[in-house]
Amino acid sequence: MSLESAATIAAPVSRPNAPPKMQGEKVGVFYGEKQALFDVDLKIEQFNVTSLIGPSGCGKSTFLRSLNRMNDTIDGCRVIGKITLDHDDIYDPSIDVVELRARVGMVFQKPNPFPKSIYENVAYGPKIHGIARNKADLDEIVHSSLRRAGLWNEVKDRLQEPGTGLSGGQQQRLCIARAIATKPEVLLMDEPCSALDPIATAVIEELIDELRENFTIVIVTHSMQQAARVSQKTAFFHLGKLIEEGKTEDIFTNPKNKQTQDYITGRIG
Amino acid sequence: MTDAALPHATVATAASTRRDFGLKRRHAAEFRFRLYGIVAIVIGLGFLAILLVSIFSKGYTAFVQTAITVPVEFSASIIDKDNERATNPRVLVSANYPVIARNAVAKALGVSPDDKAAMRDIGKFVSDGSRSTLREIVVNDPSVIGTTRNVTLLAAADIDSANKGQIDLSVPESKRKVSDQQVAWLDRLKQEGAISTPFNWGLLTFGASSRPETAGLGVALVGSLYMMAIVLLCALPIGVAASIYLEEFAKKNRFTDFIEVNINNLAAVPSIVFGLLGLAVFINFFGMPRSAPLVGGLVLTLMTLPTIIIATRAALRSVPPSIRSAALGIGASKMQMVFDHVLPLATPGILTGTIIGLARALGETAPLLLIGMVAFVADRPTTPLDPATALPVQIYMWANEAERAFVERTSGAIIVLLLFLALMNLAAILLRRRFERRW
Repeated sequence: MSLESAATIAAPVSRPNAPPKMQGEKVGVFYGEKQALFDVDLKIEQFNVTSLIGPSGCGKSTFLRSLNRMNDTIDGCRVIGKITLDHDDIYDPSIDVVELRARVGMVFQKPNPFPKSIYENVAYGPKIHGIARNKADLDEIVHSSLRRAGLWNEVKDRLQEPGTGLSGGQQQRLCIARAIATKPEVLLMDEPCSALDPIATAVIEELIDELRENFTIVIVTHSMQQAARVSQKTAFFHLGKLIEEGKTEDIFTNPKNKQTQDYITGRIG
Repeated sequence: MTDAALPHATVATAASTRRDFGLKRRHAAEFRFRLYGIVAIVIGLGFLAILLVSIFSKGYTAFVQTAITVPVEFSASIIDKDNERATNPRVLVSANYPVIARNAVAKALGVSPDDKAAMRDIGKFVSDGSRSTLREIVVNDPSVIGTTRNVTLLAAADIDSANKGQIDLSVPESKRKVSDQQVAWLDRLKQEGAISTPFNWGLLTFGASSRPETAGLGVALVGSLYMMAIVLLCALPIGVAASIYLEEFAKKNRFTDFIEVNINNLAAVPSIVFGLLGLAVFINFFGMPRSAPLVGGLVLTLMTLPTIIIATRAALRSVPPSIRSAALGIGASKMQMVFDHVLPLATPGILTGTIIGLARALGETAPLLLIGMVAFVADRPTTPLDPATALPVQIYMWANEAERAFVERTSGAIIVLLLFLALMNLAAILLRRRFERRW
């Protein structure tokens, strides 16, 4: 791949002076006895897209899932170190994981709409969190979420049809609409385009760029071009360690670390 | 010939050269395998057909019952000879109705009431059950006394069998249950149009009786119904709750492994052991009544629980994990995840498992024998605490009877039981279709 072209597509608008939205300090994750993540220090800037890249099994998804404590659902998984959201330790016993996940939403690798209607899919989050006061409110949230996910024009006439009947790309945008309907502050995306065709991928990437206006986004991706296109900040993981992080343009044009260079030029991974 | 033996030039030039992959052998093996499968299915279907044909050919006659319609004279001199029914209504209950029935049939046949031997034969011609038929008419409407009206009386079981052609008349008279005289009477009544064979509602409503024509499945049906209701009410909530806890909430450790192994073992425990357990715990320890559908239902609940738990856990496990992640990812609590998303998707599996468990419980006999549900119960139970029997137990009891009429009733009862089982399985299929969702 050509490094120059990747760098020119990325349009970094980082705001280095703002305090980090989320911050990991010496984060380590164990699956049973096995340590999968070692001493990760990473700042996630507000209203930026941070992409986590690295070869399979490098711990990038593990780190992502520890940001909204989805790792809690795995038996034998243990997180050490400190992760903060607006300076609150999210692993503090006083933090309710339900509230945390309402603030830190997630979009998964495979589109996973509920086998319910499109409307129900988007309305479920606001309903359980009591965000909508009445039906009109809920309608408004559903409509605006679908609009922001760029799905409104495609589904406005069939909101009562099952969400599982949509195409893969539409399903993934439905999942994004569902995630932003709870008005999260941070949106985590775990390889959101890996199950999609190039056109659907392009649509989602454009969407990510728009969502950056209102949300802080962390995205795990296997595609370095995608990282270069959508993110302002990139972190490279290898074998459970954070090797290098920085502005996306710097990582892709001028990596400081030999391993990073090898990876982005396709020599490892 | 192997392709290694082929020179390269040959492969490149001769397009017609085909490599030998042993395709013929593979196709032959596949053909043989399909043949074995078809043979297995044919054998299975054959046995099923034999079973159904033998049961239905023996049992379908149980659903009709020979009846005799004759003018019955409700003679005041027999029912209430001292004319005291105004002061003592009990005389109407205890009156000698068999004599009235006998006289009515004798009159229709032109037999003199003074012919003692013939009258005895006529006594065996109509069912003793006519006593209650006539009593009911008189007690409900005492004004019939002194009048004559047409009444349909049940024929005795042997006459019923003769009418259905189940008694071989070539056997010498002394060796068969029906005398030549009775056969002649039967033919005469038939010619007069007094014999009819209506649908045998009694088979479904009567309780236990030593006379086949008045024996029915009424008590067994009510008993089985009570037990199914108790099993459904107890086993479904307990089983589903236990499965949800084990599958969604419990940490996987030695203790839950131990529980899982034990549940699987319990599902394989012979049902008679559950009967012993019920006898020891429910009857001897808790002092519940014997022969009661309540105890039967509780025993069958214990027996059905492992089946329901296993089916429910399998149904929960088959819900894709992505649905769980999706729910948790937008901040649903575990409970909301289970009840809003996982459980609705698992419902068809749970219902199917439950109905199959219920069907197994419906056909279960052994544990009920131990808790005393194998009893002669003539009156339909009004509460689950009254003595009752169950369908399979009734079949077991009738199968032990010698009369020809009980043989057909045994098969008739089996047909009723099979019908219920088929209905339940149909319900399982329909519910599955109704609730199934695609994703």
